[in-house]
Amino acid sequence: MKKIIAVALVLVMCLSLIPAAFAADDLIKVGIINLDPSESGYRQANVKDLTDTFTKENGYDATFVTAPTADKQLEAAKGFITAEVKYILVSAAETTGWDEVLEEAQEAGIKVFLFDRMIDCDPSLYTAAVVSDMRQEGETAVAWLESLGLDEYKILHIQGQLGSAAQIGRSDPLTEKCEAEDNWTIVREGTGGDSWDPNEARKIAEAAIDANEDFNIVYAENDGMADGVVAALDAKGITHGVDGDVIVMGFDCNKWALEKLLAGEWNYDGQCSPFQAGVIDEMIKTLEAGGEIEGLNELNQIISVEKGFDAREITQEDIDTYGLG
Amino acid sequence: MSKKTKSSSGLGQLLIPLVALAILIVFNLFRDISFFSIGMKVNNSGNIVLTGNLISIIDSASELAIISMGMTLVTAACGGQDISVGAVGAIAGAVFVKVLQGAGTITVGSVILGIVLCCLATILFKLFNGTLVAVFRIQPMIATLILYSCGRSIAYWINGDATPQLNSPIISSLGMTIPGIPVPTPIFAVLLVGLLLFLVFRFTSLSLYTQSVGINQGAARLNGINPTLIKLLSFILLGVCVAVAGVIGVCRLGQLNHKTLLVDIEMDAILAVAIGGNNLGGGRFKLSGSILGAYIIQMLTTTLYAMNVAPVNVKAYKAIVIIIIVVAGSPVVKSRLTALWNRRRSEPTRRAEPSKGVS
Repeated sequence: MKKIIAVALVLVMCLSLIPAAFAADDLIKVGIINLDPSESGYRQANVKDLTDTFTKENGYDATFVTAPTADKQLEAAKGFITAEVKYILVSAAETTGWDEVLEEAQEAGIKVFLFDRMIDCDPSLYTAAVVSDMRQEGETAVAWLESLGLDEYKILHIQGQLGSAAQIGRSDPLTEKCEAEDNWTIVREGTGGDSWDPNEARKIAEAAIDANEDFNIVYAENDGMADGVVAALDAKGITHGVDGDVIVMGFDCNKWALEKLLAGEWNYDGQCSPFQAGVIDEMIKTLEAGGEIEGLNELNQIISVEKGFDAREITQEDIDTYGLG
Repeated sequence: MSKKTKSSSGLGQLLIPLVALAILIVFNLFRDISFFSIGMKVNNSGNIVLTGNLISIIDSASELAIISMGMTLVTAACGGQDISVGAVGAIAGAVFVKVLQGAGTITVGSVILGIVLCCLATILFKLFNGTLVAVFRIQPMIATLILYSCGRSIAYWINGDATPQLNSPIISSLGMTIPGIPVPTPIFAVLLVGLLLFLVFRFTSLSLYTQSVGINQGAARLNGINPTLIKLLSFILLGVCVAVAGVIGVCRLGQLNHKTLLVDIEMDAILAVAIGGNNLGGGRFKLSGSILGAYIIQMLTTTLYAMNVAPVNVKAYKAIVIIIIVVAGSPVVKSRLTALWNRRRSEPTRRAEPSKGVS
């Protein structure tokens, strides 16, 4: 019996080697490190965009790793270096701690592309970064808020995963504004944690309301968390949206969120484009053909163009064009 | 189970949770009397809702209260706890969402179908746990550890869509308030489950059977009770509780996040059972104690919120208070206190001491 199993196993192993031997010829080997798709609608669209682009039909032999934490991502990167991939694509959970691994990759002759999120390191360590300017997103949102010309800005600030580029970029312009202006105050600040958790956001809002905190703006750093806060507002009988007492702001532009804007239940949603795969695909093809990548700024970045939507101006057409999911 | 101890412990089991609740109430009365104010407001959907800390305590504790009831039964019958309730709750949510998305439009009918299928699914998963515990005699914590660690992945497989949205007035009616009724709907769910279990215990001997299996399985069998059946039954009832809690959890936000739905609720539920004075080793139990325990936990949380403690820090403060409650309810402290009490009252009753400590 044991012998039969052994023979069968050997056969299976041999068979599994055949396609690999054939495939290895012309496919480009890439390792893609992303965050967990369950994090948000944004991430889901992002992961899908990558898996749809880096396919066998498109000439890639791609391995995908989705990990929510920095240590697991670094581990995956080291694994890719050992596996001798040609390109590594990273959306980093945290902005720091990557230098060593990136240097290792460079020594091994592996080209690294950053997508969606920046890493705090020397720009020479990566070939190009296709990113959203998160700070720009924050600034656009704060500028929109300022344009409302309210007498007083009392803000409930729900932050994303602390330390992530998205959180820092969206938080900083707001905190700076609140430090600079007397009538801008952050009434309460909390974070949805590593999974940008709507339920955690609901709890923070409930806690603020239970403690009789007075706020007229909800600045949530993604759509899911804004939705969590709105659930708390609804439960506590606080009106929100265009005709309501509290202004609700979200980020990412999920389709369902934009629909809430159209219905006047929310006030603002900042766009964050999750579609970087096409740009990276083009760049890799250029490199493979012996060409040079053009159009990078001094930080080796290509910035996606993004906008913010106002509930008073949004149309169904915007939802169809820009809504995720 | 002797008659002598029963007379003194009829309320005895509930003494600690009731005292804890009273202390919390008095503390809040002195801290800020407006903590107890209840108001009425109109929310965005035009519904009148009751507001105030008391309402939010009773409302937010709903899932916990429902799961603690089921947990009490499993604890009593099996002498151990099911630590997979949170993960199976996520599966319940996933099944519910899957059914509604499959049905296309969300109607009362599809919601009811969703709840029924969701109950069936959780019962199946709980029967898996129950079989391991009752038939294979695996320790409950080990047996339920399996689903604890893989349940959320299963939920993700059932519904791969990361955070599916359910936008419908029916869903928000279930998770928040039904138009025209200012009381949050989850409160009714607690009443419904409570009533159901009350009726089951009132008109059957299940309560007695469960206790006897929990206290001495061999003796129960000799008296014609089938311990395996009783244990499986307790898991089935827990399954129903978990399904209801999962559906409430999904309806509250109108979206499913398989990672965070009912996360860590197993720990709070076990705590509620313990605070309620139930023996975690099985045997005698009081559902009312566990329900009380659930509301105490939530009241503690809300009190801390009202005192401006950030949600991240709440757990640490909660731990301190809970240590005090659990230690106060421990057999050692209890017997010391009763001994002290008896000595004060009169000298001759001192001999009651040694018969204590059995529950």
